[in-house]
Amino acid sequence: MKVLLVDDERELVSTLAERLNLRGLEAQWATSAEEAMLRLQTESFDIAVLDVKMPKVDGLLLKKQMQEKCPAMKFIFVTGHGSSQDFEAGSSEVGSNYYLVKPLKIDELIAKIKEALQR
Amino acid sequence: MTIWTKMKPAFWDHEDVAAGPHKHLFNFRRIWRMSVILTAGVALAPLVFMTLVDYNVSQQAIEADIYYQTARLVSNTRRNITFFLAERRSALSFIDKDNAYSALGNPLRLAALLDNLKKGFGGFTDIGVINQNGLQHTYVGPYELAGVNYSDQEWFKEVVSSGTHISEVFLGFRQQPHLVIAVKHDLGGGSFYILRASIDTQQFNQVLAEVEVGGKGDIFLVNREGVLQTPSRFFSNILQPMALRVPEFSEKTTVLEVNFQKEPLIVGYAYIQDTPFILMAVKKKNELMKDWTETRIKLIGFLAVSITSILLVILWVSTYLVKQIYVADHKRVMTLHQVEYANKMASLGRLSAGVAHEINNPLAIINEKAGLIKDLFTLKRDYSDDPKLMGIVDAIVYSVERCSKITKRLLSFARHVDSKPQLVDIAEVVNEVLGFIVKEAEYRSITIQVEVAPDVPTIESDRGRLQEIFLNLINNSLAAMNASGSLTITIRRTKEGCIRASVADTGCGIPEADLKRIFEPFFSTKTCKGGTGLGLSITYGLIKELGGSIEVHSEVGKGTEFTVQLPVKMKPSEDIDNESAACG
Repeated sequence: MKVLLVDDERELVSTLAERLNLRGLEAQWATSAEEAMLRLQTESFDIAVLDVKMPKVDGLLLKKQMQEKCPAMKFIFVTGHGSSQDFEAGSSEVGSNYYLVKPLKIDELIAKIKEALQR
Repeated sequence: MTIWTKMKPAFWDHEDVAAGPHKHLFNFRRIWRMSVILTAGVALAPLVFMTLVDYNVSQQAIEADIYYQTARLVSNTRRNITFFLAERRSALSFIDKDNAYSALGNPLRLAALLDNLKKGFGGFTDIGVINQNGLQHTYVGPYELAGVNYSDQEWFKEVVSSGTHISEVFLGFRQQPHLVIAVKHDLGGGSFYILRASIDTQQFNQVLAEVEVGGKGDIFLVNREGVLQTPSRFFSNILQPMALRVPEFSEKTTVLEVNFQKEPLIVGYAYIQDTPFILMAVKKKNELMKDWTETRIKLIGFLAVSITSILLVILWVSTYLVKQIYVADHKRVMTLHQVEYANKMASLGRLSAGVAHEINNPLAIINEKAGLIKDLFTLKRDYSDDPKLMGIVDAIVYSVERCSKITKRLLSFARHVDSKPQLVDIAEVVNEVLGFIVKEAEYRSITIQVEVAPDVPTIESDRGRLQEIFLNLINNSLAAMNASGSLTITIRRTKEGCIRASVADTGCGIPEADLKRIFEPFFSTKTCKGGTGLGLSITYGLIKELGGSIEVHSEVGKGTEFTVQLPVKMKPSEDIDNESAACG
């Protein structure tokens, strides 16, 4: 199970990736949309966990770009912000079930990842 | 409770503390007072003024008329009396001139003359001739007066000096009230004789008795010492002193007002020339004014009734108008407060979202770092059994969880997602929510009752929000109750066609001071138990978004009842912002 985590908070995303790795998932991370797209050129992932609010290219746009490249890929959104627009846009893209608010619970995240992949 | 407290209009004790420098504009008691005083002044002043003027003018007119009539009466009567006396004096004078002294000395001739006088004029009683020594040598009449000497009498002296004399009424030798007319005849060389006739006072009285005096009045003659010369109805008998003061001399007929035994009297009088008599007419003023006074009393009674009705109408109209102003102002203030409250909530929402967002990212990092530490130590056997280390990490994670609970609630409070209306069965929503808490209720032996009226329709609303509303309310109720409490949820339809759902508990209740603030964000009495103070303010916001309203009734120690009223069809949120909620 290969997971790509994208968040502009380096500390968060790197730690999260490490914890997922410790739990047997193959997790990699990127701190921007550009970096994430670069990784996609060399590797393929089953699922991406994207932060909605990111500088330059946000999570929603990144999801579209990634989907074009890998149509089979699944997505989970993560946000620290609960504004209505974010929620609307995020949940309409992936369903409110896969729209998580920070801080995350590691077990919950893993459960959601598994659930999304089984869909 | 006194009648006043019952009748007192609502605005009476109103004090607008928020009005600031324009406080006087909202002093309704003052507005009411001004309105009453001004209206009453404008309405009553002319009325009272006119009545007073009319009272004085008509009183003066009536008094003037009374004076005039009295003066005319006295004047006419004086003419009659003067004529009566002058006529008899002239007759006597004529007899004196027409008959020689020797003829008058003949009793037979004198008796014939007396008989003619009686027939021609009437009133003569007797006649006599008196020589210059005062001796009445010839006398014809009913009394034995021949040979009586009058030289010492006052009247004799006056006739000798002035030539004629009309006496006062007196008793004289005959002891009968009468008056005397005497004329002197000079014989030349200093000698003279006097022809003297006495006049019957009966006939004299008759003249006055025939005079019509109004107002229970009296007319009589007095001499200049105030002794009555004719009988009087009220002021003592003939030849007795009169009770009234003798009026001052005046050539003309005079009318004046005097007080006699505290009663105002109108007194008209005239001095009768060449006689000792004063003619007096006395009338009771109150009797004369009686008709006028009665009319005035009726008019004043009518005035009093009018003033009372005018005042009542003014009081009613002023109270009604000021009440209307008060109600309008009250509505204005309520609207202002609502707008203010909505703005406050919106600002707080933005602030909450900002705070939550700023905190969430560092919180997430702490969470992951702590998680990683735990993960790492769990994997290394050396530390996984160290309870202290694990405790510390768990404490960090627990604290992060607590913070995250707050930020999630803040976000939920700030969320203004456009609602997606769908058909919802409220009873179903309530049962779903109860599903979450039924275990806890059972554990605490709290009984839960749900009463749904059969006519409650499915409504068009937002399911998610309804769930959140009921979850918040039910959670609050559970938190307020100790073991063996009772929670009752009632759902029914109102007359206006709204849905009314109430959540009532038998918990500790909310003090009145707190009731006003419970819908404010961060207001909480459970902070020590982990409450955030956002639950009810979020509920309030959600209900407003659905176009409904929420009320709370609470009694400390007995319980609390939250009543939510919701429209059957939810309005789009823009409409709710613009106009007041349909069931609000």
